Amino acid sequence: MLWSDPFFDTLRELEGMRRTFRRFDLPSTVDFPATNVWVSDDNAVVTTEIPGIDPNALEISVIKDSLTLRGSRQAEELKEGETYHRRERWSGQFTKSLQLPFAVESGKVEARFSKGVLSIFLPRAEEERPRKISVKSE
Amino acid sequence: MAEAGEMQKKEAETPETGERTRACRIYSPQVDIIERQEEIVVIADMPGVDEKSVDITLEKNVLTIYGRVDFDTPKEYRTVLSEYGIGDYQRVFTLSDEVDRDKIQATVKNGVLKLVMPKAELAKTRKIPINAEGLAGL
Repeated sequence: MLWSDPFFDTLRELEGMRRTFRRFDLPSTVDFPATNVWVSDDNAVVTTEIPGIDPNALEISVIKDSLTLRGSRQAEELKEGETYHRRERWSGQFTKSLQLPFAVESGKVEARFSKGVLSIFLPRAEEERPRKISVKSE
Repeated sequence: MAEAGEMQKKEAETPETGERTRACRIYSPQVDIIERQEEIVVIADMPGVDEKSVDITLEKNVLTIYGRVDFDTPKEYRTVLSEYGIGDYQRVFTLSDEVDRDKIQATVKNGVLKLVMPKAELAKTRKIPINAEGLAGL
């Protein structure tokens, strides 16, 4: 900044505080992997970030309104003479269950794994779809 | 090594001076760094990124990894669960060893970036023989 102005200094300070607190926006503990869920009237979409896993080894099961994901990722094997400088990436197995807001047509569930992001498309069960009831006037 | 159960996306700490024009969050990817005899390998989890949206720069000995994530919230859907945030990735490393910059190789697969950086001739470890008897003439 070329000049100093109390008003802008305050703004800048507020911006700094906002940056500090933004880190706490998300829930602090969630079962791995973190998932996002969206719903419309007829469908639900579940996405999760699980980079580097083998999609064929991923297990997705749906019973009524509950969805379970199961998978694993192996850590890099080190050969002789190799050392880790940092080791932050996750490895191991995970199981996660989610309850959806409605029962799902399990035969029509579709899943796509792209760029390390898994997206699951879950159509709402036919018998659970909201029905519009027309009112007749006498 | 991090257990799968306790993994959480961490927001990158961007310096206040480096504000960006694109309004989205920036996350710090989890990395493994492995040192081999001849090369240094950086593996970074960047779900949502592919080979076209990742940018790697090496200036002097500062390595910057940047990954751009394009994501549209599905239309006519509303969020019912949001456990992770979506945004770009950035992380900066200072390399201690000289790297042969012409031979750096980067690949992205399933949202995992793998960077292989061969060491420059000078930086390769050389074994220095030590005389048990001390230096001649002293």
